[in-house]
Amino acid sequence: MTADIKQLEAFATRIRIGSLEAIKARGFGHVGGSLSIADTLAVLYGAVMRIDPQNPRWPERDKLVCSKGHAGPAIYATLGLKGFFPYEEIKTLNQPGTNFPSHCDRLKTPGVDMTTGSLGQGTSLAAGMALGDRLRGRDSRMFLIVGDGELNEGQPWESFMFMSAQKLDNITVLIDWNKKQLDGYVSDINDPHDFKKKFEAFGFHTQQVNGNSVGEVYHAVMAADEVRGMPRAIVLDTIKGAGVKEVEDTFSNHSMAAAAEVFDGWINSLTNKLSPLEGEVSHA
Amino acid sequence: MPKIVYDGSNDPRTFKDVIGSTIISLLDNDPDVIYVDADLMSTIGTYKYHQEHPDRAINVGVSEANMMGVAGGLAAAGFKPIAHTFGPFASRRSYDQVFLSAGYAHNDITVIGTDPGVCAAFNGGTHMPFEDVALYRAIPTATIFDVTDTVMLEDILRQAVNLPGVKYIRVGRKSAAKVYDTGSRFQVGQAVKLRDGKDISIISAGIMVHEALQAAETLAKEGIEADVLDMFTIKPLDESALLESAHKTRAVLAAENHSKNGGLYAAVCETLSRELPTRANFVAVDDEYGEVGPQDYLQERYGLTADAIVARARELVNNKK
Ligand SMILES: Cc1ncc(C[n+]2csc(CCOP(=O)(O)OP(=O)(O)O)c2C)c(N)n1
Repeated sequence: MTADIKQLEAFATRIRIGSLEAIKARGFGHVGGSLSIADTLAVLYGAVMRIDPQNPRWPERDKLVCSKGHAGPAIYATLGLKGFFPYEEIKTLNQPGTNFPSHCDRLKTPGVDMTTGSLGQGTSLAAGMALGDRLRGRDSRMFLIVGDGELNEGQPWESFMFMSAQKLDNITVLIDWNKKQLDGYVSDINDPHDFKKKFEAFGFHTQQVNGNSVGEVYHAVMAADEVRGMPRAIVLDTIKGAGVKEVEDTFSNHSMAAAAEVFDGWINSLTNKLSPLEGEVSHA
Repeated sequence: MPKIVYDGSNDPRTFKDVIGSTIISLLDNDPDVIYVDADLMSTIGTYKYHQEHPDRAINVGVSEANMMGVAGGLAAAGFKPIAHTFGPFASRRSYDQVFLSAGYAHNDITVIGTDPGVCAAFNGGTHMPFEDVALYRAIPTATIFDVTDTVMLEDILRQAVNLPGVKYIRVGRKSAAKVYDTGSRFQVGQAVKLRDGKDISIISAGIMVHEALQAAETLAKEGIEADVLDMFTIKPLDESALLESAHKTRAVLAAENHSKNGGLYAAVCETLSRELPTRANFVAVDDEYGEVGPQDYLQERYGLTADAIVARARELVNNKK
């Protein structure tokens, strides 16, 4: 188990590096919200989801909707590392004709299960996909990532009511509670109060964990997977910009522009964490 | 009358700065003006003001439909609300709320939709409204502006807050070409004649004004004299300016950073077909979705360039012969 967790930590670090490499190639992009979900993506794609990178549209696969579609760079890094396409392609982020736009696009990127970017809309799409899988008799699971700012929108709550009413127990909603949205702190702008209580009140099986700990996320996802008869929610207590001290400490870290050397510094700090992690893996 | 100072150079001020500073100046000078935003204050530089004046500049969070309803309610309470978000969320995302809670209920609001059309650039297709004008045109008595430069923006925004009904201002955030001299005043619903010509009418708005003026220079070298209008008020359309020009040139080209469906080109054709059937064509997005990339790439990709205007203008002029 320890070795697995170390491996997932290394994967999460590689996802962070990839997100930054993609954004660096363009010089600016959604740094904060990409870094905060790296650990969750590492757990899902590294240890949980049933996927086939050679067959990204396989109907029986598990699916992921990143409703906070601006975290595209983290998704692309993850899928590139899993071999859905040559990893280097993620560096064409936002270049003319790219298959890697700011916001996730299912028609462009192999492995992206749904188009998102207009906040809130991915939630209903995920509900429909999960319902569709159930109606078709497929045992696929749906993982839905939402932002805490995104949950200002009304549509997600409409979809949560629906998931609950339909007892969609093939869905796990992962709330990236990184405390910030675009303008500032979520609690200053439109205080959500207690997400855990909200989801419980909506009829979800709900857990709250340190969302930047792959171990905690892994165990929560596995526990959620056992729940039947109701949709599952995991409130991920995260830090916007997690993993890169300087980004964590920057107030406005939603979309960041920086010189290539600055990105290199951030990337190096992550690469340094990598060797001990991967070293231990190879010795394990 | 607006004074034209166009020489192709860029406006030293960005729209972003002028949108923010004009909103703040309106708030400071008129206690009835109130400003609501949906988590995009930092994109126009108003977040600090909001922190200092939370009762004048209100952040509803990422909830655009809610914002339009709140703005309508504030109008009912006697305020003159300005609501800002990106263009797609100011139109598609919150359309029924603008239509009913503001328009139908006669709660007068001013909506600013930033980064229209290809100006959405790196935010890509989900954020790229080619149909916002079409949607707003369908709202009875709405007033719609596609803004050319920061001088115009400042003047139009000041006027818009005091106009009745639903007002929609579409405007980028980067700087565009400078066209008008500081202090120029604009008449709502009255196009500005930017260039006089007898061979073809080029009816343009927003970022396409600059492309139209460049195209007119190229065309002049070929002996084609273009009449260029800045139709910055798309609704109500300045029909008399359009008809006067069309009557003279007998060939009309509409250039807009929008779909050919339902926007400036459509408005121009509706008037021409009724009043003065004239051959017309468009330089606009041809029934496509948006995509990601730098704005100059997207202008090429969707054919929103001076070159495209030149080519279509030539065609129209040749067809007259
Ligand atoms: C409907 C809609 N409104 C506004 C935006 C612009 N926008 C992009 S990200 C963002 C803030 C999102 O905050 P959050 O969900 O907390 O994302 P995170 O902090 O995880 O990056 C906003 C307002 C959008 N993409 N969609």
